[in-house]
Amino acid sequence: MKQRTWKWGLLILFLGVIVYLGVYSPAMPGADTHVSAVAEKYASQVGAGERPPLINTDKGDLLLFLFAVGGAIAGFWIGYVWRDLFGRTGK
Amino acid sequence: MHIAEGMLPAPYAIAYWVGAGVFFAAGAKSLAKKSQEIPMMKQLTGVMTAGIFLVSLLPIPVPMTGTCSHPGGTPLGAILLGPAVSVLMSLIALLFQALFFSHGGLTTLGANTLTMGVFGGWAGWLLFWGLRRLKLNLFWSGFIAGFLGDLAIYIGTSTQLALAIHGTHPFSEVFKAILVVFIPTQWPIAILEGIFTGLVLKYIADHRPDILIMLRVLPASNEATHPRYDESSSTNLSERGKIG
Repeated sequence: MKQRTWKWGLLILFLGVIVYLGVYSPAMPGADTHVSAVAEKYASQVGAGERPPLINTDKGDLLLFLFAVGGAIAGFWIGYVWRDLFGRTGK
Repeated sequence: MHIAEGMLPAPYAIAYWVGAGVFFAAGAKSLAKKSQEIPMMKQLTGVMTAGIFLVSLLPIPVPMTGTCSHPGGTPLGAILLGPAVSVLMSLIALLFQALFFSHGGLTTLGANTLTMGVFGGWAGWLLFWGLRRLKLNLFWSGFIAGFLGDLAIYIGTSTQLALAIHGTHPFSEVFKAILVVFIPTQWPIAILEGIFTGLVLKYIADHRPDILIMLRVLPASNEATHPRYDESSSTNLSERGKIG
């Protein structure tokens, strides 16, 4: 009984947080962004600094295309090695 | 903890890559060895890598600071599969994050792998086994390993960044400047990671102790005191991975 109360309590708390964040959608930047801003100040003095990614996938639907290609390759590969991974099914 | 692309001067980026490469090679060797001893090792590594990829990309808001951050996941990975393998898992997870989400970067991949896999993984693993030797129970050992392992990741990032970019400034000044930005957001998430790590270990120990025994997280003598929850599925797990 006590364990069940805990489980329901945690579930309601979790859903409450999700609903709160969904309704109020507070803008919360990542801590990495703040750190990058601080680090940038020092990095620029030693000739470094944040740059765009070497392989920029933020171009139209390129990322979606890459996910589709990745999914297809992974799917074919998992199918190919299925028996090695999971053994024979049935008797 | 993801150091952005270009943030590190080239000599440091290369040095961190070399360091990560050494640990990666040790991880690959460890995985090959363990795969021969433990059934399903490769599959479990794949699942855990996917888990680390997910949790280390998951922005968890911290309303107190108005920012968000993410857990590491490597302390749990290291406890279950070994600290060497956790470096391997970190590199793969971070590579996909850098390529597809511009989270981190390719030049900083070595540095990010060292922080997540070595600082987080090894710290979590050492703490867990140290506390288990002190007879602390599974949940609390996992909690402290997860909590401090998470913080170790951010101390690692601050150290690496400060070493690379401090220039004419004292190392300690830059280290503190970076760490004080991380810690207010990170300590609540570290507590969550500790709870998560402890609960996962306890859950597996309660429901499938054979998995923890197979991975040598629990001693084999536990099998007598903690009988298998589901004999048939346990047998399947042990049998899978064997060809034909």
